Amino acid sequence: MAGLIHYLVLSGVLFAIGMMGVFLRRNVITMLLSIEVMLNAVNLTFIAFGRFLGSPDGQIIVFFVITVAAAEAAVGLAIVIALFRHTESLNPDAFRELKG
Amino acid sequence: MASDLILFYAFGAIAVAATLLVIAQSNPIYSVLLLIASFMALAGLYVLLDAPFVAVTQIIVYAGAIMVLFLFVVMLLNAPREDALEASGSTEESTGARALGLVLAMAMAIELVWALNRTRILGFAFPEGRGGTSWSVAELGRILFGNYAFAFEATSILILIAMVGAITLAGRHLTEKRIPNPDPRIPSPESRIPSPESRIPSRSPWQA
Repeated sequence: MAGLIHYLVLSGVLFAIGMMGVFLRRNVITMLLSIEVMLNAVNLTFIAFGRFLGSPDGQIIVFFVITVAAAEAAVGLAIVIALFRHTESLNPDAFRELKG
Repeated sequence: MASDLILFYAFGAIAVAATLLVIAQSNPIYSVLLLIASFMALAGLYVLLDAPFVAVTQIIVYAGAIMVLFLFVVMLLNAPREDALEASGSTEESTGARALGLVLAMAMAIELVWALNRTRILGFAFPEGRGGTSWSVAELGRILFGNYAFAFEATSILILIAMVGAITLAGRHLTEKRIPNPDPRIPSPESRIPSPESRIPSRSPWQA
């Protein structure tokens, strides 16, 4: 029987992978995907703890996280499209002019 | 139940492998498709955790809607080659940032393992009883519209703001008055369009 610790370790591994993606990749879309991975790792923690404590709150919060992820994806992708129109690039290094 | 553990390891392995490949892919289209596979495996884990409604929502909303939005943008921008530029070399600054990022991610993983080792929940099995039966959709809805009614309504405002923001950011009117690009290292869009020799750039344009 898989215990709580199994799910927590899996969630930690997924979160670390997502974090590595944000830091290591130089492609804005892949970085956004990595953020989705991190959000999902946290979702797994919520569900596992909700199951552990016998509480429905974990599942409810996951719905909110999914909603926020949808909003984040919409706004993030809109920013990507706007940046791509200006620089024809997806590499964050190309957006240096944002530094001023 | 041993089958439970086997399913956990199967779904967990799929999720970790697919997620690692998401990070490793150079073509964003494959990244998005692999992330859908990863989300499917996570949905399987949610079913194992007696949360079937969340699993279905995960597939419909995440894999169905959000990832299709990503796929749509990737195909709209049609720029899977940007990563070839990335691999050919980047500035010193971004290499430093990358090393720092790697160190931070490693520190994060080590810290997580350390924290989990210190807790006393090691090996704790999930309780039977109420935890063993999944919450029905009716119960979840009652809680969502009861205890969490305010958060639910706030979410609707969040979605509205996200909609307005996305339209404002990606709207056509922003590009009508396109300002000339002041940085010569970044090529203007006109110079990059179809000329065949520029399809295989030897150096990244922001490297010079």
